[in-house]
Amino acid sequence: MAFNIYDFSNLTHTIHVGLQESFSPFMATTLEWVIVGTAYLLFVALFGLLLVYAERKVCAAFQQRLGPMRVGYWGLLQTIADFIKLLMKELIMPRKADRFLYNLAPFIVIIASFLAIAVIPFAPGLQSLDFDIGIFYLTAVSSVGVIGILLAGWSSNNKYSLIGAMRSGAQILSYELSVSLSLLTMIVFAGSMQFSTIVEQQRGAWFIFSGHVPAIIAFIVFLIAGTAETNRGPFDLAEAESELTAGFHTEYSGIKFAFFFLAEYINLFIISAVATTVFLGGWMPLHFGNLESFNHAMDFIPPIVWFFMKVWVVIFIIMWFKWTFPRLRVDQILTLEWKYLLPINLVNILLMALVVLTKFHF
Amino acid sequence: MLNEVMFYLFALVILVFSVMTVITRRILRAAVYLLFVLVSTAGLYFMLSYNFLAAVQLTVYAGGIVVLVIFSILLTSHLSERAAMASMKESLLSALATVAGAALTLMTILRYGFTPNQGADPHYTITDVGTALVSYKRDGYALPFEVVSILLLAAMIGAIVVAKKERTLKK
Repeated sequence: MAFNIYDFSNLTHTIHVGLQESFSPFMATTLEWVIVGTAYLLFVALFGLLLVYAERKVCAAFQQRLGPMRVGYWGLLQTIADFIKLLMKELIMPRKADRFLYNLAPFIVIIASFLAIAVIPFAPGLQSLDFDIGIFYLTAVSSVGVIGILLAGWSSNNKYSLIGAMRSGAQILSYELSVSLSLLTMIVFAGSMQFSTIVEQQRGAWFIFSGHVPAIIAFIVFLIAGTAETNRGPFDLAEAESELTAGFHTEYSGIKFAFFFLAEYINLFIISAVATTVFLGGWMPLHFGNLESFNHAMDFIPPIVWFFMKVWVVIFIIMWFKWTFPRLRVDQILTLEWKYLLPINLVNILLMALVVLTKFHF
Repeated sequence: MLNEVMFYLFALVILVFSVMTVITRRILRAAVYLLFVLVSTAGLYFMLSYNFLAAVQLTVYAGGIVVLVIFSILLTSHLSERAAMASMKESLLSALATVAGAALTLMTILRYGFTPNQGADPHYTITDVGTALVSYKRDGYALPFEVVSILLLAAMIGAIVVAKKERTLKK
């Protein structure tokens, strides 16, 4: 089988055994933490830079421009240059700010993102936490991130920051509901909250195909609510540059601003990765019922490539939202959530329960 | 070894920040210290590999109640506000109440004969939890669940009525 070649659990197992043999159990575990932590840090930093570059290029394409072109081939090094510039900036502290909370806020946001990214299955054997409550854990830890945003807005002692934080908080809290409910729809279908089980069940057909109508509705709701939860356009009124001078992170500069910036892009990745895992089959290749040769050809593409291909498609769709829709007003955002998405979601769960009960799926 | 280190770390955070929550004069900091306490408690649950309870702790307390508290502080107070210092009499009385409460708790804990769990694997799967939550048989939680839902619904309707009051009066 082509699958075994691409399985990462051999690699991780070898590293684990090697470390256990050469160090004491205490040291081995500590070293494993360091290795896993470094791997995630590196991945997040590099992927974040790549996402910023992609965002600028996608934006440019939608506006018939070229985007960054000067630094490196097709401007590939532009975001690295920007990042170095950001690191060298002076850290400014508003005089009457609450120092402790002001410094703490970016860390809460980024820690919540890191906790959430830990359950994402990238490829077979490439997942650091595989709880039986995977999806529940994900919604639990990502709900902590909003605290960082609220604290940042309040401790800056700036009215724009405070208004931005309030808007952002209200928005994230409301849309969290839709994200959870659309995921709950898929939990009803999968019968499990464990990410590895959910991926495994999609070996034959991805959930968006096998769950047909309710799964597609849940997917669309999840994309809308997920975009809102990451505070991205068209739901970016919390950071509206023209009205709020960028909202809750107005007073932040240098590396602390970079943290907020990075956390926003990690959250974009997490939303896309969860959409990929729950609806689009995770790292499972595309299979069609009885097309044997087609299925075998698809098996030759490594799972990790499948995963990132799907993630990039979802990321592109979310970026597409941002650069084509005008920004919503705050009342429109709340109306959309409470009067449309929430009822649709509730009916959709019932529909999904009916589909599961009558076994009307593939 | 590593488990003990983690346990003492969590315990230290819980103890220190519980005290800090009570003695700080800035109300938002109190909320943040409380957040640390609640998250560390979730950490303890994770150590016991009771993941479900840990996630519930994070969702309900850290993601729900603390956010609610912070929101209400954001709406009602300003950054420069400090809580007033308590008077001598108030401090004395609250110290007395604290010592009495601590003594009672300690006495109960120390008197209780804890026995290590040797029986069946205390490990619950999420399926057990889910089945118990909707089960209407013995030890099922269907009735409590419904009662709590009705309570929450009543509270929500009450909140809406309270919030709407002024508008109807104007008419």
